Amino acid sequence: MKKFWALFFFFWPAVAIWCCLIAPANGWWFPGKAMSPLGERIDGLFYLILGIVIVVFIGTQFAIGYVLWKGATKPEDESATFSHGSHSLELIWTIVPSFVLVFIALYQMDVWAEFRVQSYYPEQTQEDGPKMEVTARQFEWRIRYPSAGEQLKNQPQPGDLYAVNEIHVPTGRPVKFNLRTDDVQHAFFAPQLRVKQDAVAGLIIPVWFEIPVAGEYDLVCAELCGWGHYKMRATIVAEPQAQVDEYLARLQGEQNFDGVVEDADK
Amino acid sequence: MATVTPAIESHSDNHAHEHDQHHEIGFIWKYVFSTDHKVIGIQFLVTTLLMLMVGGALALGVRWQLAFPWGNMPILGKIFTGEGGQISPEFYTMLFTMHASVMIFLVIIPVLAGAFGNFLIPLQIGADDMAFPILNMLSYWFMWPAMACFGISFIAGGATAGPAAGWTSYPLLSALVNAAPGSGAAQTWWLFGLTTVGVSSMMGSVNYMTTIINMRAPGMTMFRMPLTIWSMFITAILQAFALPVLTAAGFMLLTDRLMGTCFFIPAGIIVNNAEPTVGGGQPLLWQHLFWFYSHPAVYIMLLPAMGMVSDMLACMCRKPVFGYKPMVYSMSAIAGLGFIVWGHHMFTSGMNPALGMTFMTSTMMIALPSAIKTFNWIGTIWGGQVRFNTVMLNCTGFVAMFIVGGLSGIFMAAVPVDIYFHDTYFIVAHFHYILFGSTLFGVFAAIHFWFPKMFGRLMNDTVGKWHFALTFIGFNGTFFPMHLLGIAGMPRRYADPYLHPYLEHLLPMNQFMTCAAILMGFAQFLLLGNFAYSIFMGKKVGRNPWGANGLEWSAPSPPGHGNFDVPPVCYRGPYEYSSPEAKALGQDFILQTEPPVDISKIAENGDRNVH
Repeated sequence: MKKFWALFFFFWPAVAIWCCLIAPANGWWFPGKAMSPLGERIDGLFYLILGIVIVVFIGTQFAIGYVLWKGATKPEDESATFSHGSHSLELIWTIVPSFVLVFIALYQMDVWAEFRVQSYYPEQTQEDGPKMEVTARQFEWRIRYPSAGEQLKNQPQPGDLYAVNEIHVPTGRPVKFNLRTDDVQHAFFAPQLRVKQDAVAGLIIPVWFEIPVAGEYDLVCAELCGWGHYKMRATIVAEPQAQVDEYLARLQGEQNFDGVVEDADK
Repeated sequence: MATVTPAIESHSDNHAHEHDQHHEIGFIWKYVFSTDHKVIGIQFLVTTLLMLMVGGALALGVRWQLAFPWGNMPILGKIFTGEGGQISPEFYTMLFTMHASVMIFLVIIPVLAGAFGNFLIPLQIGADDMAFPILNMLSYWFMWPAMACFGISFIAGGATAGPAAGWTSYPLLSALVNAAPGSGAAQTWWLFGLTTVGVSSMMGSVNYMTTIINMRAPGMTMFRMPLTIWSMFITAILQAFALPVLTAAGFMLLTDRLMGTCFFIPAGIIVNNAEPTVGGGQPLLWQHLFWFYSHPAVYIMLLPAMGMVSDMLACMCRKPVFGYKPMVYSMSAIAGLGFIVWGHHMFTSGMNPALGMTFMTSTMMIALPSAIKTFNWIGTIWGGQVRFNTVMLNCTGFVAMFIVGGLSGIFMAAVPVDIYFHDTYFIVAHFHYILFGSTLFGVFAAIHFWFPKMFGRLMNDTVGKWHFALTFIGFNGTFFPMHLLGIAGMPRRYADPYLHPYLEHLLPMNQFMTCAAILMGFAQFLLLGNFAYSIFMGKKVGRNPWGANGLEWSAPSPPGHGNFDVPPVCYRGPYEYSSPEAKALGQDFILQTEPPVDISKIAENGDRNVH
């Protein structure tokens, strides 16, 4: 029975590793490849840490199994090793992990800076200014674009264009937008883009992303915002600039529509 | 080894007299409003075990909805909703809010500091009771108003509108009455509950610090204290410094809700077509204050289990703890660093990004002492004469699960990766591996280990092993796949994730997890049954059934009023298993109260019965 329990602690990490190995093939993995350059770097960092973590996981779990197995097979009449520890071992397992941790900490700083520190945002976004304002509210996303040729202002302007739960952005260039909330806290989470940012009452937070490939991407809420938190669903449509302009023109047309339909016969 | 002159003080004699005088103490004062730390500890233990079942039932409600969205939940659903048992979205938000609140404030914190802290501190340091017995009694009885307030919060806003802002209760959801169905009276009662539970913890904390500093037996120097005591001491310090911040924050939120202040409420916010707020406040302030308490609280919820597991591992492997002082220093480092990492809960919150880098660096650093402790536990088992009983299995489970929880933490500490993982199921997996996988397995081990000291009887080992195996399998079946859900981008706190096409395919996995969770839930009846049965029918044992070293094992089982029949004097550290001295006595342990053994003399005479 002793050996059974030692094997038990060998067995479960093996199951865990197996589970991770079959996960990507079963779709229990990222929702597709990262669809933004920053997202790719986040994924890269994830795989780097995953590599380190798997080595440590296998090493430590194997060590547990091994010391248990040695304990299980130790003759009954043999007494335990009398030892209060080892200074050199303590040093090794203090210094080695601290180097690894400091390495991880330093290695990722610039990804974070590019994502969140405004002076590190791509130059393009500095020139363009915010393209739109995304406002979260219970339980939908409202988008406000400036009218053609205008810059986005923090205060709504008469010519602004409005849309709900659908964001159109150009492909192949970094897009900056202002994120805010009308009511409680929400979070802008685009899983395929690996972008997440809370929307906090009273703050206007600039966020940027870049989508190289045209397509439709999910936008969900990641911060508890009330009973309908789960249904704050929107779509980010990435398309060439020309089509975005077309969309905005259509939006403008809809907004200008006064409800009077010309008689076709006249 | 330093010798200590047994300075037997007269307090023990006095105590004998006191004992006689208190002979006629009535049932109520002896077992209900008791000032005896052992009774209070057991009261805490029984209460928290019952609350564990309540919190577990709430969790099963959450799991039911995730596996069978909008399906009628049997039994519990019918009791709560009074209808077919369908879980509404607002009921779902209440379920996870109250699951976390009950588990954290009424189970994990009180079971560690309240139950085991109370029971073990005086016994392990050789004191006859806590420094402030009445304060100690009050710390238990302040749990009841807390439980009452949390209980009222379930129903204060109507059957399906319990508090719904999550256990973190971020404003504005928690600050504005109209923000959610559960943001009304329910949220106010929840905050009252939080405040009272804080009062209870604070009373305990003051008592533990005073007792540990002032009431150690002769010879019990700081570095002869068992790691359990070290961990309780550090925990008490953490509580003393962190709790006031939470209490203040809770009070500020209450005044925002009840008295019209605007600490957390900015201007011009309209929820649910209510009047715009007048504002001037800042919602992020709550997050800073809340996590300034709640991150150290994570260690309050873990350190005592770490200490107890170190004690039990040494005993079950018949071997000194590997690196006793590094263990103490690691715990101190965790406690110190624990105060400067709170911002890692807020990487995506919109706080100044430069703070993100600072908190990331300190968070990476706090992983280090945890790693050192893990290696030391493995080192403790290494070369041991391992006894594979329930205690040992749960302790090993603790170490194995702690590794998973610790390693998954590195992903979150890395800020860019946390951008993706924040508020997904990856986080849920991580903290369950720490709070359940580590802390609760440590608690299960501790229950089995100190049960003979509490009741003078052993718990059934076979049932204990079944309980361990089923819980372990159920636990990993429930929580390991959550890492994968998180990687797949499933956000937490979603009543129906499958509304989103990119999450649809995760339904079967969630159903599997729910089955595992039900298995784990029912396995807990084995523990409760074993506990209740063994109190009356367990195998009777003497003072030291495990052959352990601590002072508590030199007291009778169960110890009477005043704990020790012979005033204990401590001659050595708590982990001298299989030491030459112990061998000289012909055994593999040597009680801390055993006077120094002259090894050379015994070797010459071949006489093993000197003492």
